[in-house]
Amino acid sequence: MFTSSEDMDTDEGGVIKQFMFVNRKAPYGTIYALEGLEVVLISAAFEQDVSMAFIDDGVYELKKAQDTKAIEQKNFSPTYRALEGYDIEKLYVEKESLEARGLTEADLLVDVIVLDRAEMAAKMAEQDVLISF
Amino acid sequence: MKIGVLVNEGPYTHEASDSAYQFTKAAIEKGHEIYRVFFYHDGVNNSTRLTEPPRDDRNIVSRWSELAKAHSLDLVVCIAAAQRRGIMDENEAKRQGKDAHNLADGFRISGLGQLVEAGIQCDRLVTFGD
Repeated sequence: MFTSSEDMDTDEGGVIKQFMFVNRKAPYGTIYALEGLEVVLISAAFEQDVSMAFIDDGVYELKKAQDTKAIEQKNFSPTYRALEGYDIEKLYVEKESLEARGLTEADLLVDVIVLDRAEMAAKMAEQDVLISF
Repeated sequence: MKIGVLVNEGPYTHEASDSAYQFTKAAIEKGHEIYRVFFYHDGVNNSTRLTEPPRDDRNIVSRWSELAKAHSLDLVVCIAAAQRRGIMDENEAKRQGKDAHNLADGFRISGLGQLVEAGIQCDRLVTFGD
């Protein structure tokens, strides 16, 4: 993570944009989910209107009771619970992606807003900045 | 238009960096401003000056360096992603006690805040990745 004060400069004349971070990958197997989450946490320092979308295998990122001991990787799923403390509370999950994987909202470790594919597309269309991992 | 570019894949294995380069070059030629090119995930591997492809192939790293030099581009490599993957500038190598550094000309190492800031400042942030 960065620490320099230059990076933390949020004096952009009060510009607030809608940022959506789109999570498409399973939490392990590739690093996208973990490094994506790092960007989300940093974005909280910029006082933007931040949301996250979970689609395709990205819905697995929010699965309860992840156990990574056998693959010798850090279980970073508790971090999603900390997002609330960063004022990142808009977590949109695509209904079709959950259903295709036999998951329901009850399987997830945080409170989410479930949207169907069309609603998700509409939500994406509202954004100023979409960053996809 | 003010444009930010995000490169999420390394050189050669994926075409993302090639496409980002072609896009950046074309945007400059059309008179757009490239505010910043940010390298994340394996994209940081586009910045090692130890890259040495066969002679009949393009050198993706030096091509970025040359474009940066010609147009004063801001090529920023994420420090956390770079440290994971062994990309260091001289200062960082010293700080981490490493015996070598490999950051190519025209690139600088900085934090993820530079990506978010590009999103705020630019009219468009364009992602190249998988």
